[in-house]
Order: sequence, then C-alpha cells, then structure tokens
Amino acid sequence: MSGTFNTVIQLIYVAAASCFVLGLHMMNNPATARRGNQVSVAGMVAAIVATGALVIHGGLIDATGWIVIAAGILVGGGLGLYTARTVKMTAMPQLVSIFNAVGGGAAALVAIRDFMTIGGGVGASTSVPTLLDVIIGSVTFSGSIIAAGKLQGVVTSAPVSFPGARIVNLLLAVIAVGFGAYVIASPSMVGLGVVIAAALIFGVSMVMPIGGADMPVVISLLNAFTGTAVAMAGFVINNTGLIIAGALVGASGGILTKLMADAMNRSIGNIMIGGFGSGDAIVAAVGVAGAGVQSIAADDAAIQLAYASKVIIVPGYGLAAAQAQHEVAALANLLESRGVDVSYAIHPVAGRMPGHMNVLLAEANVPYPLLKEMDEINPEFSRTDVALVIGANDVTNPAARRPGTAISGMPILDVDAAKSIIVIKRSMGHGYAGIDNELYTNPKTSMFFADAKKGLAQLTASVKTLVG
Amino acid sequence: MLLTDFIIFVLSLWVGFEVISKVPATLHTPLMSAANSIHGIVLAGGIVIAATAHNLVGYILAFVAVAFAAMNVVGGYVVTGRMLKMFKRRIAPVPASPAVEASPNGKAAA
Repeated sequence: MSGTFNTVIQLIYVAAASCFVLGLHMMNNPATARRGNQVSVAGMVAAIVATGALVIHGGLIDATGWIVIAAGILVGGGLGLYTARTVKMTAMPQLVSIFNAVGGGAAALVAIRDFMTIGGGVGASTSVPTLLDVIIGSVTFSGSIIAAGKLQGVVTSAPVSFPGARIVNLLLAVIAVGFGAYVIASPSMVGLGVVIAAALIFGVSMVMPIGGADMPVVISLLNAFTGTAVAMAGFVINNTGLIIAGALVGASGGILTKLMADAMNRSIGNIMIGGFGSGDAIVAAVGVAGAGVQSIAADDAAIQLAYASKVIIVPGYGLAAAQAQHEVAALANLLESRGVDVSYAIHPVAGRMPGHMNVLLAEANVPYPLLKEMDEINPEFSRTDVALVIGANDVTNPAARRPGTAISGMPILDVDAAKSIIVIKRSMGHGYAGIDNELYTNPKTSMFFADAKKGLAQLTASVKTLVG
Repeated sequence: MLLTDFIIFVLSLWVGFEVISKVPATLHTPLMSAANSIHGIVLAGGIVIAATAHNLVGYILAFVAVAFAAMNVVGGYVVTGRMLKMFKRRIAPVPASPAVEASPNGKAAA
C-alpha cells in the first residue's frame, strides 16, 4: 500500500516537472508566455499538495509542525504577494535578487536542518550534496542581498575593493571547502558553523567589488547558484521534484550569465574579479570632447524626427534611471501616427538585468514587435533617417570596433550607420567604461543636451506644434 | 540512489539548456522571474523539514525556510504574471468600451 502511495507521489512530481518544462517552453513567444506561467503555477500547486500528502502519510509531523508550515506560508506568501504587486518595474532586478536570496537561503536551511537531524555519519552520498547545498545556498543568500542593496542604492553601486581582497576571497573559499570536507569526515555542528560563516562572508566579498553596470551578469549568476542549491536540497531530502526544478533554473541562469557576459565581451571571471570602470588609469583627455560636438535645439530635432520615414530609438539605462519610458512611448506614438516607421534597438545589457529594458518599454505600452534585438536591428540602421539615442552610451561607441580601447570587441549597436543621429544626454559625461564616445563627435551626430524625461517631453511638444 | 538522482540532475540541465535557449531576449526578465518562482519548489523541502522537527531549533529553521520559500514562490509567480500581462502585440486604438467611443475625448487616451 505504502509502495503504491509513493509511486503516485513520484508520478505527481514528474507531472509537476513536466509543467515547469512546458511552462518555460511556452515562454519562447510573448503570445503564449502568460499561459506558460499558469502551467508552471499548476505544476507548483500539484508538487506542494503532493508534498503535504507525503508528510501526512509519513505520520511524523506534529501539530506544531503544521502551525509552523501555515505560519511560514502566510508570512512569506503575504510578503511575496505584497512586494510582487507593488514593486516598480524599474526595481525588478532588486526583487529578483531578493527572491534569489530567499530561495538560496531556504535551500541552505533544508540542508542545515537535515545535517542536524542525521548528525552526519551517513557516508559521503548524502554529505557531499548537503555541504554543497549549505555552501552554495549561503553564498547566494548573502551575495544576493548585497546585489539587491547595490541595485537599490542602499549599498554603493561603485566597485568596493581593497588591496589583497582577492587573497581574502580565495582564503574564504578554501576555508568553506576545507571545513566542508572536514565536516563530511567527522561531522560536527561547530565545523558546519564555520562553513556557513565562511560562505556567507564570501557571498558579500564576492559581490562588493562588482560595479552597477555588471549587475546583469551577477544576477544571472546568482540565479544559477540558487537553482543549483535547490537541486542539491533535492539530493539531500531525496526529492526528484526539487532536483529537476533546480537543474532547470541552474540551466536558465547559466545561459543568461553567458549571454550577458558575451554582450559585454568580458569573461565571467573578469567580472567577478571586478574593478572595470573604477580605475583612473584610463586617460580621458583625448581633447576631442567638447570640440567637434554640435548641439541641437528641440525644434530642429523635432523637424528631423517629424519628417523622417524611419526612426530607430536606442534606449539605455539612463532612460530607465530618468523614468522616461512613458515619454519615449508618447513621442514614438506621435511619430507613428504621422506614418513614421518607429522601432526600438535593445542592446542585451541595456538594463540592470537581462531583458529589463523590454519590460520597462512594455509597461509604457510599447508593442513588443517593435522591440528589436541587436542582431535583428543592426542591418536596419543604414536605412534609417534618424537614430534617437537616449541614455545609452558605451553600447553605441564605435571605438568598440577597434582594438586597444577599454570596450574593444564588445558587440555594439551600429548607430553610426544611420543617416542622422540625435543623442539626448545631460552632459558630455562618460559611460561606465570611462572613455569618450566617438559617436558624439561624428559629423552626423547632434547632441540634444537635456534630461531624458524633460527632453523627450520637449521633443513631443515641438513635433506637435510643428505638425499642428 | 545518489547515482539515479545525479542522472536526473544532468538530464534536467540539458532539457533546461534546450528549452531556455529558445526564449527571445525580449522575455529574458520574465524568464528569469519565472525560473525564480520555479526554484520556490524548495517550499517542498521546507515542509519536509517542518514534518521532522520536534524541538524549538527545528521549528525555527523550518519556519524560516517555509517563509523564505513561500515568499519566493508566491512573489515570483505573481510578478511574472504581472510582467507578461504588459507584453502586447498592438495597443488597441481606443482602449475603452465601444459605448465610450462617442465621447469627443475617446481618442485622447490612446
């Protein structure tokens, strides 16, 4: 009888895992993605209910246990519901980081509790995944909290490092792994405590030296970590559902990490070591900045836009920082109503997490077919009358095509191929890489010096008065 | 047992790579958020450790684990749904119901 019961539970886990895979598969198209999310929810409900049944069937749980579960779900679920409903779309990266933190933390706790119950001594088969779960989960927990703090501006987004930081990191890693091996050989709570402490500190010291613009990579990597920690928790409590789900998330995080690192032409190791834009070593005095730059007034820019037949908008993080998504959408709508062909060129690292800019524009009611990926839009710039660059800098810098610059080899948007370029920018300040943007001194480029939000509103007003 | 689990883990990784590499960049944020909610399945782990807890430390650890995981799973799915709802192919020219169309300001909203 018990055998049948367990078989049914296992089958439910397989069904739930299938729902997760199907749900992720349906995200390959915005039209089916919402349904995909619902399929995934259905799988999750089934898996949780099955776990509840498993626990009841086991007969071990006491009344306090049920109260603990109910209270945990109420408190955690309520908090999750509230933050998910109220979070601003610009703050999505922080929220995802927090969810990474709690997911990793929960996975670590499962292993810690399991270690306490069994007290080790059951051989390497359970101990290795247990220790891996504790280490990866703890690193993810503290690292994600620091990442969220940096994104929120609570912790400085500038890279924070000190001489010998790398050695300290290495030392922490050695302590965590070394004591982990020791704990497997002779289980002790003190040893586990050292492992947890070293892993938590490592998480902090790993993320602190990483600058704000590298956040898309860090979040993706921490997402992969969380998935792996959850899969390890599945090994620990021997639960297939957790193993499959964790592996899926690990794969997703891994792919996104690779895509983000490629989009910046940097290795993951290079980013983790950090300090990209932090040095003053890069000589800024090229002498071109200021000279050879032509500025443009709102009215003249409006004329160019209103009488163009094809306009590509190039939004960068500056657009999101200025909260100007709605203003850019208003201008694009106005141009479209005049018959101008408007599309958006989205660089993979245009936001603070993978795909962030797309969500911000979708929120501003920009139809998703207008949002073009880099490879898709680059050939179109040569047929474009006006490229309107807002808050994007390094990803438009033609210097990336030459060797010998800080951004050499980074894939960029071929904005300079457009017939005319208008850049909305507050000043001639540098991008994250700390180098001059050669696009600004291009004879085809006009600089419209303004705050993104106000500048776009001015452009829209000017186009309106121009065309009545 | 460990070997079976490991095989499942590795094959799931490959399935993940296959499925996720087909997701367009436009949806990468909702994808990550959806993956986020999926790892909320660690809630099942929280429930299991709550079931075997019979002392204060055990209860506290289980409570924190369940609360963390519940926040992860509920928040993740809700925010993913919220984001995906915003992705529209085309904005209807007049979002209001046909009855309002007669009003002179009907189009201003678009």
